[in-house]
Amino acid sequence: MARIKYFQALQNAIQSEMERDENVVLFGEDVGESGGIFSQTRGLYKQFGSCRVRDTPIAENGFVSAAVGAAMTGLRPIVEVGFEDFLTACMDPLVNQAAKLRFMLGGQVTVPMVVYTFGGGGLNAGPQHSQSFVSWFSQVPGLKVVLPATPADVFSMTKAAVRDDNPVIVLLSKKLIGSSGEVDTDKNNFDIDLESAYVTDHGDDVTLVAFGAMVTAAIEARSKLAEIGCNAEVVNGCCANPYDIATIKTSVKKTGRLAVVHEAHLPCGPGAEIIASLVEEDTSIFKLPPIRITPPFAPSPFAPNLEREYLPSGESIFRSVSSMLNRHS
Amino acid sequence: MCPDIDDNSILAKKLYHNMLLIRGFETAAAKQYRDGNMPGFIHLSLGQEACAVGACLALKKEDYITSTHRGHGHCLAKGADPKLMMAELFGKSDGYCKGRGGSMHIADPSVGVLGANGIVGQSLPLAVGAALTAQVKGNSSVALAFFGEGASGAGVVHEAMNMAALWSLPVVFFCEANRYAELSPYETHCPIDKISQRAASYGFPGVTVNGEDVIEVYRETEKAVVRARNGKGPTLVEAKTMRWGGHYEGDPQKYKSAAELENPQSFDPVAFFEKNYSADYGISASDIRKTYARTEKIIKDAVIFAEKSSLSPSKNIFNDVYAP
Ligand SMILES: Cc1ncc(C[n+]2csc(CCOP(=O)(O)OP(=O)(O)O)c2C)c(N)n1
Repeated sequence: MARIKYFQALQNAIQSEMERDENVVLFGEDVGESGGIFSQTRGLYKQFGSCRVRDTPIAENGFVSAAVGAAMTGLRPIVEVGFEDFLTACMDPLVNQAAKLRFMLGGQVTVPMVVYTFGGGGLNAGPQHSQSFVSWFSQVPGLKVVLPATPADVFSMTKAAVRDDNPVIVLLSKKLIGSSGEVDTDKNNFDIDLESAYVTDHGDDVTLVAFGAMVTAAIEARSKLAEIGCNAEVVNGCCANPYDIATIKTSVKKTGRLAVVHEAHLPCGPGAEIIASLVEEDTSIFKLPPIRITPPFAPSPFAPNLEREYLPSGESIFRSVSSMLNRHS
Repeated sequence: MCPDIDDNSILAKKLYHNMLLIRGFETAAAKQYRDGNMPGFIHLSLGQEACAVGACLALKKEDYITSTHRGHGHCLAKGADPKLMMAELFGKSDGYCKGRGGSMHIADPSVGVLGANGIVGQSLPLAVGAALTAQVKGNSSVALAFFGEGASGAGVVHEAMNMAALWSLPVVFFCEANRYAELSPYETHCPIDKISQRAASYGFPGVTVNGEDVIEVYRETEKAVVRARNGKGPTLVEAKTMRWGGHYEGDPQKYKSAAELENPQSFDPVAFFEKNYSADYGISASDIRKTYARTEKIIKDAVIFAEKSSLSPSKNIFNDVYAP
């Protein structure tokens, strides 16, 4: 076990996968000699050389598509698209190529590639550098989408993503880049299940399902709720394509109350999907109407005071959940 | 490396045979489509046979091609099986993609066909990726991307060429300038006469060839392939060619002039070969007849195979969405 930062967990994961398998290559803007804008690729260029670690020109459409072509022909590319917002510039290779090729070609190819990107708010980066597109990619059959919430998640999910034979999008949180946590970086032969949510903190009164950076906020809210005698269970949703409805259902069966928290907007988001899936199976699962806690349906604002209000926080989750409980008590 | 064509009438015969195979396949596909046996829509490459054949015969089996919406000829020329192709056009279970892809997605990775593609422009970066694999793995494969003059205006084409040049990748960009992109002429899409001129801006060679002349197409592509294989990087080959038919089968082609409509065969790579080369390469009238007969038989068998193949069961819809 080592206490390392979120970005270091990414670096460690990439490094150990590149050591394990020489077909793993890394490319993206500034991932090479410079070591990455957040130092997330530091040392990799030196260790693996310019053939396997390469800086690309600013051409997201082109280099993500090149990753698809490389994945189809035997490499396992890891591609960095610095900001999640820039995924709009490579929607075609992600949605029309990577996600569909295996199906469309009748199973003749696999497309084992990883695209990781830093998204979400919290750094006052403004409307074009703070977004969460998780809902979009959860709509695409053929893709897997994960949201690491801790350094341990980053490490295990990135490694599992590299080993997966499908295109995986790893939506990292910019806000968490410098956060620390215990990671078992020696653990190398594990077989983690990319698609499983897990309970971070147990409780009986209400289930808080959260994704990415919102897991930390939900855990904060849990402490505040404890002060008013409410024992919340926090579920780290982890994967948004597919959603792990089974784990969430087990928790909600116990608590009968649910709040889903995410940085993606409310319409057609993870909350909508999770609640609909639960209700479809069992209308009586909820003792209280479930709620979704998300940013308002507006672009992410730049000014610190505005962004603070905009993003769900421990405090705002606490307020929403306690008013849900009060409204119905 | 392929032997020089002047010494090799076998190769010339193969070029000729493959052009006839494509001609036969496309003609049969058009008929089947008109007869209502093919769902969706198909884009034919009649008139462009010399491009597919000249380019692909300059490649080896372990080389890759990426293709376009107009890809039947490319796939055949690279060695895809006409039976499995025709079955795919019919949407049948024995088709290359089990009926899930159709005309625009025929692929056969076992012979280096990484697929036709329905998204204009993507054939280039996909080939760049395949070339990257060859470079990283240190093998001698080359990737060739087909694209049209319409595609040449897409931003990703620049991205792909720039990357290929920066990294000296073993890739050949092969543009078929067939006079039209969908319903509008060359001038709507390209402000210069020769797309090959653009190569200069990336610092690699660009050449324009006569797409009616399969030998010329072969020769120039072969140079590009050798260059790529020797680690010298990409080349842009532009073939001036002609799309005989409409953008898609059934296109009323209101945008074409009367002369073009009435006489598409004024540009005919097969006739061009027969007239200019058959004597040089010792291809007799009887050889020609035999080649027609042989390719006709292959295509006829392909249609029968496709007709007999069963429909894909819908219960398999979840197969291959994800790799296990
Ligand atoms: C990204 C994208 N935009 C538009 C289309 C629709 N479309 C299909 S073929 C075509 C014209 C392509 O022209 P060209 O590249 O010259 O190829 P050609 O049809 O002449 O073979 C267009 C616009 C598409 N398939 N993909």
